Amino acid sequence: MENRTFYNEILTEHNIHPLHKFKMINPKNSLRGVNPSCGDDITLQLNVSDDGVIEDGAFFGDGCAISQASADIMLDMILGKSVEEALALKDTFLKMIKDQVTEEELELLEEAGALQDISHMPSRVKCAVLGWHTLEEILKNGSDKTSVTTE
Amino acid sequence: MIDVKEIRKDFPFFDNTKLAYLDNSATSQRPRAVVEAVADYEYYHNSNPFRGLYELSIDATDRYEAARKKVADFVNAASENEIIFTRNASESLNLVAYSLSEMVLNEGDEIITTVVEHHSNMLPWRLAAKKHNATIKYLKVQDDGSFDIEDLKALLSPKTKIVAMTAMSNVYGRVIDIKAFAKVVHDAGAYFVVDGAQSVPHSKTDVQDLDVDFLAFSGHKMLAPMGIGVLYGKLDILEKMPPFLSGGEMIEYVTFDDITFAHSPHRFEAGTVNAGGAIGLAAAIDYIQSIGIENIANRELSLTKLALDEIKNIPHVTVLGSDKAEDHHGIITFKIDGVHPHDIAAIMADNNVAVRAGHHCAEPLHHFIEIPSTTRASIMFYNTEDEVMQFVNTLKRIRPMMGYED
Repeated sequence: MENRTFYNEILTEHNIHPLHKFKMINPKNSLRGVNPSCGDDITLQLNVSDDGVIEDGAFFGDGCAISQASADIMLDMILGKSVEEALALKDTFLKMIKDQVTEEELELLEEAGALQDISHMPSRVKCAVLGWHTLEEILKNGSDKTSVTTE
Repeated sequence: MIDVKEIRKDFPFFDNTKLAYLDNSATSQRPRAVVEAVADYEYYHNSNPFRGLYELSIDATDRYEAARKKVADFVNAASENEIIFTRNASESLNLVAYSLSEMVLNEGDEIITTVVEHHSNMLPWRLAAKKHNATIKYLKVQDDGSFDIEDLKALLSPKTKIVAMTAMSNVYGRVIDIKAFAKVVHDAGAYFVVDGAQSVPHSKTDVQDLDVDFLAFSGHKMLAPMGIGVLYGKLDILEKMPPFLSGGEMIEYVTFDDITFAHSPHRFEAGTVNAGGAIGLAAAIDYIQSIGIENIANRELSLTKLALDEIKNIPHVTVLGSDKAEDHHGIITFKIDGVHPHDIAAIMADNNVAVRAGHHCAEPLHHFIEIPSTTRASIMFYNTEDEVMQFVNTLKRIRPMMGYED
């Protein structure tokens, strides 16, 4: 039988052995992102310095491999970056998911490029963007909301 | 014995598909005879039943009422007036939850339901309890999907007015001993409402022998079109119950000051009815009876046994409920260590296997067993051994595909 799958090694590795999946002690910002219909549920935690650098971050929760791996890859990419850089990466990621990304932009996305196939799987888009959407909400508006969703 | 090759010729769905359709507990496929019976009615016999004095309308009324008689005989109701047509089992359960509660429920009374119920047999009772200031108690399920009748006895009290439970869980597939439960409930002076959405299509149902007060089921899970369902109720109770919906044809007299409601079943069928759907359901019953419900049950048992025998050798896969095929009635709900059900269902879909992932409209049960969601394959008599193996072989490959070594 053919073993074709969009669950490539980068994705499965980040799902099974996430680097950033834990609970931080006293994070400055913590926000939950939930997709009720499919059960994806992550809480993103960040420490952003006064001069706008994302110094620390982590996530915890439960959900499909795409939602979990996407959040882990995202944290890999944004830690140490400025808020502006992180939001620009978010825009590029969303362009990839909408299948509007250029080759150069795709390179900027590093391992997140492993999720490019999601652009052809409408039912899984909300899983892939949940972490990024939660990130955008924290960076723009802090963590005043109780939760966000991509549904 | 069933000749599955011959049977599949009756279902145009199988003509041009490679999909192993194993989501039959969500809805079944339709045989040609059912769709043609509906088409025949809609093309040549359509008019509004009960309304016209011309022959066409009288004929439509006769056909609709003949469908009711067919359903009554199928579940061995004492009278066709005990069969109310609804849209589906959910509407049937909403009807009885509303109208029976109006009749019997007072402040401080209790309703007993179970932790495994489909939302359709839980939420209507919770709403009714809230309206009447009654309380809900939940009967626990055992790990093997069964209920302990002693637990029910312990929950029952003089305040218990209604016990509502499923005859077959849509997650475990296990049937309860309805007759024994009915006796316990009646001895306590309560009404017994049974959700038969999963059980009626797969096992012989005799409402008089079982002595249930109400039984709800859907047409679309038993080869009929969507949009037709049934509520069976004992006539003496139905005749005392107030209506659920009001409108056309559910009255005897209406003046500006007064209403006299029609007798059952018409009291509970407000507005223009789904005559085509009822005729489709009658054709589905004819089809089921032409195969034989025992043959259907045996065929589904043998396919379930094949699946479970294979699955027990796959590491990290756990089937919910009993380890005996006899207790599953085609429903195999499972989890795989470290793999989310939505990923399982996506890989299954990629390999042409249709299964369901999520909480199967039984979210409280998933909280009770502390598993956020599960995956369910559900088998029907028209499935083949090859389709079951397509499912099993995909199942074997999922952990490796998700990056696990075994």
